[in-house]
Amino acid sequence: MSAPVSLPMAGDETAPGRACAGAGPEDALLRDVERFVHREARLADTHAYDEWEALWTDDAVYWVPGEEDDPERGMSIVYDNRSRIATRIAQLKTGKRFAQTPESRLRRLVSNVELLGEDAGDVLVGASFMVGESRERGTTLWIGHVEYRLRETGDGWRMAGKTVVLIDRDQPLPTLGFLL
Amino acid sequence: MATIAPPAPALDGLIEPDRVHGSLYTDPAIFAAEMERIFHATWVYVGHVSEVPEPGDYVRKTLGREPVIMTRDKQGQVHLLLNRCTHRGAQVCDRARGNSSALRCPYHGWTFSNAGKLLGYPFNAGYDGTGAKKDLGLGRVARVAEHRGFVFGSMAEDGPSLLEHLGGAAETIDRVCRLSPEGEVELTTGWLRHEVRANWKMLLENETDGYHPQFTHSSIFEVAESGIPALYGDKTEAVCRDLGGGHTENDLRPAFRALDRPLGWFGTTPERVPDYVSRMHDAYGEEADRLLVDGSSHVMIFPNLFIAEIQLFVLRPVQVDRTVMEVTALQLKGAPDMNRRLLQQAIGSVGPAGFLLADDGEMYERAQRGVAASDPEWMVLRRGLHRERLDDHGYTIANNTDELPQRAIWRRYRELMEADR
Repeated sequence: MSAPVSLPMAGDETAPGRACAGAGPEDALLRDVERFVHREARLADTHAYDEWEALWTDDAVYWVPGEEDDPERGMSIVYDNRSRIATRIAQLKTGKRFAQTPESRLRRLVSNVELLGEDAGDVLVGASFMVGESRERGTTLWIGHVEYRLRETGDGWRMAGKTVVLIDRDQPLPTLGFLL
Repeated sequence: MATIAPPAPALDGLIEPDRVHGSLYTDPAIFAAEMERIFHATWVYVGHVSEVPEPGDYVRKTLGREPVIMTRDKQGQVHLLLNRCTHRGAQVCDRARGNSSALRCPYHGWTFSNAGKLLGYPFNAGYDGTGAKKDLGLGRVARVAEHRGFVFGSMAEDGPSLLEHLGGAAETIDRVCRLSPEGEVELTTGWLRHEVRANWKMLLENETDGYHPQFTHSSIFEVAESGIPALYGDKTEAVCRDLGGGHTENDLRPAFRALDRPLGWFGTTPERVPDYVSRMHDAYGEEADRLLVDGSSHVMIFPNLFIAEIQLFVLRPVQVDRTVMEVTALQLKGAPDMNRRLLQQAIGSVGPAGFLLADDGEMYERAQRGVAASDPEWMVLRRGLHRERLDDHGYTIANNTDELPQRAIWRRYRELMEADR
């Protein structure tokens, strides 16, 4: 195609940049949940199974959707209640969960952390993530969006929900043996 | 088809009755021949009618490695069309599923009906006198047939009918359907797609391998209560069966009949799904009790459909060392209380992170890496040779942990690969 197409050009925007927000209570909360999110990521990366499991509340839901949006009506990659989370951890700890024996070597970046709102006293947090996974199969890059439902308890923050939405959730995926 | 069929590979030295050569899993030339001589020759499972319930519905599928669109036209007929514009080759369908009376190629705007007919093309005077409209309908799978809503396609114009192909395996599909009070299953829960770096036959052979569960899956049986280990042990009444045509099953009914517990096969009780049980009794009368004790099928229908009691898998060869399993939960028409449980059980078990299938996936890849070693050259399939026997219907059976299914698969494989064409 040779005729030029009229496209908006950089510099056309007239909206000014947002003024820098000062450090208020919301920033303190953001820093606090970021610390939690980073810790959760480190525990998962290092296969610290007991400490990771202890982060969950009793009403927890750990959900990794596939192509379907309703886990009560469609297939999911993971859709664990608290009891299934316990089973998953116990299975990993047998040493015979071959999909994770030997363990994958993992490191994840969690970034773009945002406070999304509050619901029934829980804080809803969104973030982007990338996980590099190395095992004999090769190195796999897992990328997506994660949403946490965090609850403040007398004993610090706990997860009541974690939803991990992979960008390629509708495509063929390799075996996922580790804690995403 | 105008493709140049590769010559039949010399399998003489590679397949023996009780052992097969490792190169069958690693040789790209053999893989290419399989696509031609198996996936383009016999009946291959493609989809289920419940995935296109309404006229105009379509869903993208594959037949072996062929990209297929399964459509339902306005007369209600199901078609399997190839997803390739007859003009310059672009995919005419880019959405995974939808509803439309026509498919329009985005490249130059050619439009086809959902029955595959070429309806028109822009600036049509440019084709005056060329006969394009008459000749250039979408490619189609030569033969389409269904059994109890399961849609199969054959790229071969001629050959045995679907029922002849299914033979003894047709009844295993009927058995699953009879668990629905309306006699039908539905596939409505979407798909997980799990890719493994292994040859497709590693999966084909494993689906009715009753020897591996206590070992490959020992971690989950150690931490969760399950009836599976007993069914795949040395003492079980369950048997494996060669259904002919390369179709094989683990028939668990003898073990469930010995237990004689309705819904014991699913690890639940009638009290937990009262609506379902009462609908089954309304539909089947006294026979319902036996159906609820017997449970579902565990059958590998050659070459690509695996029904694992409550899940349905489609094996999709990608390349010699790469295979995708597509998996969904079986849903029983008219059984909402049961379906929720079936779905949640399936989610726990299968897919890339499944309590069971993640470990199968790992084993396929380890076996694929292992067969790359040159010594020994052979896979040993000798287990239970001495205790094969005939059942009342004349099918060969053996103990549930025996390698009768694998021997049966390879016998059919060799027949197809060496057939005169």
